[in-house]
Amino acid sequence: MSFSLLLLLTIGLALAGWLAGRARAWSFRKTGEGVRLAALPNYHGWYVALWIVGPLLAFLALWTTLAPNLVQQSVLADPAAAGLPAFDFQRNAILAQARAVATGLATTTTHPDAAALVEPYRDAISRYRLIGILATLAIAIGAGAFAFLRLKPQFAARTKVERIVLAVLLTASLVAILTTLGILVSLVFETIRFFGMISPLDFLFGTTWSPDPMTAPTSADPTRYGAIPLFWGTIFIGAIIAMVVAIPLGLMSAIYLTQYARPSWRKWLKPALEILAGVPTVVYGYFAALTVAPAIRDAALAIGISGASSESALAAGLVMGVMIIPFVSSMADDSIAAVPQAMRDGSLAMGATKSETIRRVLIPAALPGIVAGVMLAVSRAIGETMIVVMAASTAANLSANPLESMTTVTVQIVAMLTGEGSFDHPATLSAFALGFVLFMVTLALNFIALRVVKRFREAYE
Amino acid sequence: MTVVHPNLEVTDAKIRARDVSVFYGAKKAIDAVSIDIPSKYVTAFIGPSGCGKSTFLRALNRMNDTIPSARVEGIIELDGEDIYTSGMDVVQLRARVGMVFQKPNPFPKTIYENIAYGPRIHGLAEGKTELDAIVERSLRRAGLWNEVKDRLTDSGTALSGGQQQRLCIARAIAVDPEVILMDEPCSALDPIATAKIEELIDELRGNYAIVIVTHSMQQAARVSQRTAFFHLGNVVEYGRTSDIFTNPLEERTKDYITGRYG
Repeated sequence: MSFSLLLLLTIGLALAGWLAGRARAWSFRKTGEGVRLAALPNYHGWYVALWIVGPLLAFLALWTTLAPNLVQQSVLADPAAAGLPAFDFQRNAILAQARAVATGLATTTTHPDAAALVEPYRDAISRYRLIGILATLAIAIGAGAFAFLRLKPQFAARTKVERIVLAVLLTASLVAILTTLGILVSLVFETIRFFGMISPLDFLFGTTWSPDPMTAPTSADPTRYGAIPLFWGTIFIGAIIAMVVAIPLGLMSAIYLTQYARPSWRKWLKPALEILAGVPTVVYGYFAALTVAPAIRDAALAIGISGASSESALAAGLVMGVMIIPFVSSMADDSIAAVPQAMRDGSLAMGATKSETIRRVLIPAALPGIVAGVMLAVSRAIGETMIVVMAASTAANLSANPLESMTTVTVQIVAMLTGEGSFDHPATLSAFALGFVLFMVTLALNFIALRVVKRFREAYE
Repeated sequence: MTVVHPNLEVTDAKIRARDVSVFYGAKKAIDAVSIDIPSKYVTAFIGPSGCGKSTFLRALNRMNDTIPSARVEGIIELDGEDIYTSGMDVVQLRARVGMVFQKPNPFPKTIYENIAYGPRIHGLAEGKTELDAIVERSLRRAGLWNEVKDRLTDSGTALSGGQQQRLCIARAIAVDPEVILMDEPCSALDPIATAKIEELIDELRGNYAIVIVTHSMQQAARVSQRTAFFHLGNVVEYGRTSDIFTNPLEERTKDYITGRYG
């Protein structure tokens, strides 16, 4: 409540600062004869406004974490709190009751001590709210006045504002990078815990995957944590079956769209193809599970293959391949279109046909871009969860038969983390080790893809 | 409407164009051009920018087919055979009428592969030794052999601009064409590289009909024996190069040659 109030106040003050700064800049222009401002009046306004918003946001961030503690301390200093139990847990429960009543979340207290604390709580909250508002005002006026007084006709407000914009943009990009680092660190931490219980050798090279979350954490059987079937399932479904579907189809559709399709067709077909990338994976998942998988099983039975599972790797892989088509085709499309017209003309002028030109000149020249697209598609496919969860079961089979049910790394991560196991059991922790391996593999694939793309960019310079 | 110089001796035409018009959509870029292009001579097309000389050149090996909106009317014959009939195989036509472009456009392949490209797609070589021979002969004719013989496996794009253009000429002659069309082949090159290409054109003259589009009147005067002056989609004047440059009959030709416009 008080936070949103302060935020509102901040915005209001910033607006006031903006108007004041702008008005001041306009007045320079009016009063001085032939005065040339070093920046547009709006920039002066922004300069003042940003000087108000920046410190205030910093203060607000600090204040919202600090204020509840300050309130609690002042309540504890009250004589009515002298009789509270010293034990943290009880004391906090009583304080929480009092706070709930004081802030209007509850109407009565069940603990007698809490009732006495309601009044001090209410006092403290309103006192600190007042302090907060006053401090906000003081900071805003102080910072605003500082900025306002610096405004002069020759003041380079524009470059200053640019610098602030730069800082904001930098912060925005740091958020993503720091989050990635944070994810990596937490994964590494949990993975190390897992490897403390199960040897990495057993995990990386064992061929049986059947974790035992119900045993005691200390007596977990390392031979049941061999992740090879999962890695195989992931590669078989995501990198083999899906790519067998996605690479030819994606490449051929890219060739058709860039080389043969009439512009009016292309205008419709390309967005239609890209819609595939926008379909939620859950939808693909039930399409795979309810339509494709039974059809494959029936087809297998019809041609006399018995023992075809109704949750087959083939179904998941095929649907995943279709999902990946836009990734392959749009990267291939871009890189084929980026091959200079002069290459095409050169080949056609030699008497090559259209398809010879595509096969012998365009595709070789665009190959780095195509490879990069395939890499990205593979990393997308092996990280894909929903389709496999729904269509390929959770049974870890080490088999080359695409009609059998298989499972992947991502599916097992879901299974391990949503199970009953506790967080100090290797079965649960194995999810982190699996995630770590997956993270490293997709990172490596992305890295390779970026390097290839970089080479591609240099090709025609 | 074309003024043909009386001094122009009548020779057998390698390419005969009659009332050729080229349209881009509704816009007429070439208006009823008639011209005979002889073999064993270099014919230069000169004229101000946008006069249609490149468009006409591209009509001669049907490269305009690659532009969807382009349309050609009239008759263009190669050795008496209409190249715009449906019976004409574009692939065969372009093997007979080679082309060199304004900007050097070697394929991003090795030097060897650049030359071997044409012979491969037309099946001109049986086996590696024959192909090697074609590559060497083409590079020698283009005057590039001594410069690249030790690095045939380097990328064609790694050569200098002038070398790239000579590579493109070698690529064109590797399929043994009868006509070579050159669309401002030196406009992207420095004077030294230009001089080498001009020398090369002069050497090649005996074996092919060469048509060169150029912006530079000095170049036309240096390398060609026949000159056609294009203006606003028409051939204004056509004759021996020496006649066109020393004794133009048309006012517009005179103005252009003396630098009045263009």
